[in-house]
Amino acid sequence: MDFNDTPEEANFRKEAFEWLRDNAELKEGPKDGWRAASEEEGLKQVKVWQKKLHDGGWACLHWPKMFGGRESTPIERVIWGQEVSKFKVPGGYLEIGQGMAGPVMMMYATEEQKERYLPPMSTGEEIWCQLFSEPAAGSDVAGIKTKAELDGDTWTVNGQKVWTSGAHFSDYGILVTRSDPSAPKHKGLTFFFVDMKSPGIEVKPIKQISGGANFNEVYFTDVKIPDSQRLGAVGDGWKVSLTTLMNERLAVGDASGPDFQEAFSLARGQDLNGKLAIENDAVRDKLADWYCQQSGLKFAKYRNISALSRGETPGPQSSITKIVSANKLQEIANFGLDMLDSAGILRTDEEGAEQSMYQYGFYGSAGLRIAGGTDEILKNIISEQVLGMPQDMRADKGLPFNEIPTGNK
Amino acid sequence: MNFEFSADQMQLKDIARKFLEKEESVKRARNVLEGEASYDEDLWSKIIEMGFTATSIPEEYGGLGLGYLELCVIAEELGRSLAPTPFSSSVYLASEAVINFGDDSTKQVYLPALAAGEKIGAFAHTESNTSPTESNIECSFSDGSLSGTKIAVVDGDIAGFYIVTAKNDSSVGLYLVDASSDGVSITAQPTLDPSRSHAAITFSQAKATELKSDWSDVLNLLDRAAVLFSFEQLGGAEACMDMAKEYAMGRYAFGRSIASFQAIKHKLADMFIAVELARSNCYYGAWALSTDAPELPTAAATCRVSASQAYHECSKENIQTHGGMGFTWEFDCHLYYRRCRQLAANIGSQAIWKDKLISSLERANQI
Repeated sequence: MDFNDTPEEANFRKEAFEWLRDNAELKEGPKDGWRAASEEEGLKQVKVWQKKLHDGGWACLHWPKMFGGRESTPIERVIWGQEVSKFKVPGGYLEIGQGMAGPVMMMYATEEQKERYLPPMSTGEEIWCQLFSEPAAGSDVAGIKTKAELDGDTWTVNGQKVWTSGAHFSDYGILVTRSDPSAPKHKGLTFFFVDMKSPGIEVKPIKQISGGANFNEVYFTDVKIPDSQRLGAVGDGWKVSLTTLMNERLAVGDASGPDFQEAFSLARGQDLNGKLAIENDAVRDKLADWYCQQSGLKFAKYRNISALSRGETPGPQSSITKIVSANKLQEIANFGLDMLDSAGILRTDEEGAEQSMYQYGFYGSAGLRIAGGTDEILKNIISEQVLGMPQDMRADKGLPFNEIPTGNK
Repeated sequence: MNFEFSADQMQLKDIARKFLEKEESVKRARNVLEGEASYDEDLWSKIIEMGFTATSIPEEYGGLGLGYLELCVIAEELGRSLAPTPFSSSVYLASEAVINFGDDSTKQVYLPALAAGEKIGAFAHTESNTSPTESNIECSFSDGSLSGTKIAVVDGDIAGFYIVTAKNDSSVGLYLVDASSDGVSITAQPTLDPSRSHAAITFSQAKATELKSDWSDVLNLLDRAAVLFSFEQLGGAEACMDMAKEYAMGRYAFGRSIASFQAIKHKLADMFIAVELARSNCYYGAWALSTDAPELPTAAATCRVSASQAYHECSKENIQTHGGMGFTWEFDCHLYYRRCRQLAANIGSQAIWKDKLISSLERANQI
């Protein structure tokens, strides 16, 4: 048992570090990192950085080389992630395209389409979003209603999508629609990719509880999509969707925000009833719990990496990451605010203020427990796919989609 | 990165598991619980034959000289099967005390006997309803003899010798006292888990051998043992999770398997989360113990807290999943519920280990 690289891994790590050192700036400390003044500015910087990565051979590590990738092994991706986290480099904006849309295109698009769309995805020139969830189809994502009707070789799409990250700056999107409402829920779906500049697409930001707007509603009104942009067979949309849903669960990982380390240093400097907070037994008790959770996740990850390093598929331990870290973040954020006593209600807009981290976590954790699979859906996945327990009985099983009962929420 | 047990270690784990299943270790735990015996002598002798008691004792003292990773995988299986033997007292505590703090002649006398199972050792530490500290321990040592009373000594009524914490002129250290010495009186104590025997031991000017140790060594002994106890707890927790799942799958109510209800599935998912966190932390403890890492105090407290939580969660929710049958004497759920409590009590409470964890992080300022 050790934490060391194999010689091949060490070589790869060295190569990655040296390239990064020559092309990016090292972080000055754990709290140092890349920040953009605005979304527009961030997008611009991300595109420049992605081009640099691509030219250096470090874009889309998991993709085939012919589409601009590197064909790296899973363990190399982990090592790259570890090395890149030491540098101040732009991030975000591109993950949905490269992580979810790309793999679906590789599996279902024609050769010409792959050659047209995949390279600009890997260079960051074109940005993609994912149009799945709808107002009445969240956890039950197969319950989507957005209608697609075929006339000749053109589909007409009407309906509404929701929670679409980055729709307002995306060039293309992957889209799942209902093409046969009289078929059972999972049977009547058809999958497309769509030009986000198509007439009839309207993007409206959703204001979140934090006041920010990272997501959108996307309305489709008589949007025309050529049949050549269909991915998979008519009626096979659920099967195609599963490819990306599996990738999404892997993509939504650890929560960002204050963790044990921040709570621990806060408690060591904060007055609580005339003593340092760290001397309070209730505080120590909570800190110990969070440390054990953080440590458990860290070493579960090391177990995953060890499996990857041996060329094996990681065990089921990876399924616990998001559920544990999102709940931990929510508790730590509340702790951080509680440490300020009654003043913990006061909002700060000061850049870099310590409490802003806890305020952000207070809002963000509530969303994180829902994004990419709610706590409840993740527990279903653990019990069904890891422990092998049966699915819950469903009231809609086998019913034609248009006869399934709907509520008013 | 190679943060896993090796193929050989996993094979040893498998051998241990199959051996304990074949010997019906859980059934033997029930027999000890219901009967008069303090432990299962037959299973104990078979465990000795398997070489498990000799695992980490150096070869020069009659042991196998394997590492602690081997002992960890054995501990997990003993925990899973509720083995009603003095393994934890004799191996994790008494053998470790002699290996780490005994002088050569003490090692020569005790280690070969411990390896061969000819001697059983027990750890006598607790004196009252509070956690023993350097300042509240009353047992005292002077001029080669030890006096005072220890309670809740696990395997105290069957041990051939005790590792005893006692104060001396400067600190609190570890002493070795033979059970057969004059001035040693032993009274069995009833407990919540009668599948493991406990006793109160009174020492009246009993002859004692000084082990080269002070209070920090007592804490070190507890840290080392905590990793091994954590693996027993992990094995027990996982056994409870498996039992609960198996029962839920076969139990029908409202015309369907209760394993199809989300209330039950989410309970099982919570158990799984607790077990996976504990397992990952136990691996951290195993690494620290086997490499003598400076992080041992942090790693030991982390895996101890995490594994205690997992066993608590799984043993109580296993009863809950079984419904009324889980509360019967006939079903095995209570055997695990009791053992969970016994292991949680054995080397100090959760509150104490949580406090140790935060203290070790304060000292090391490590994250």
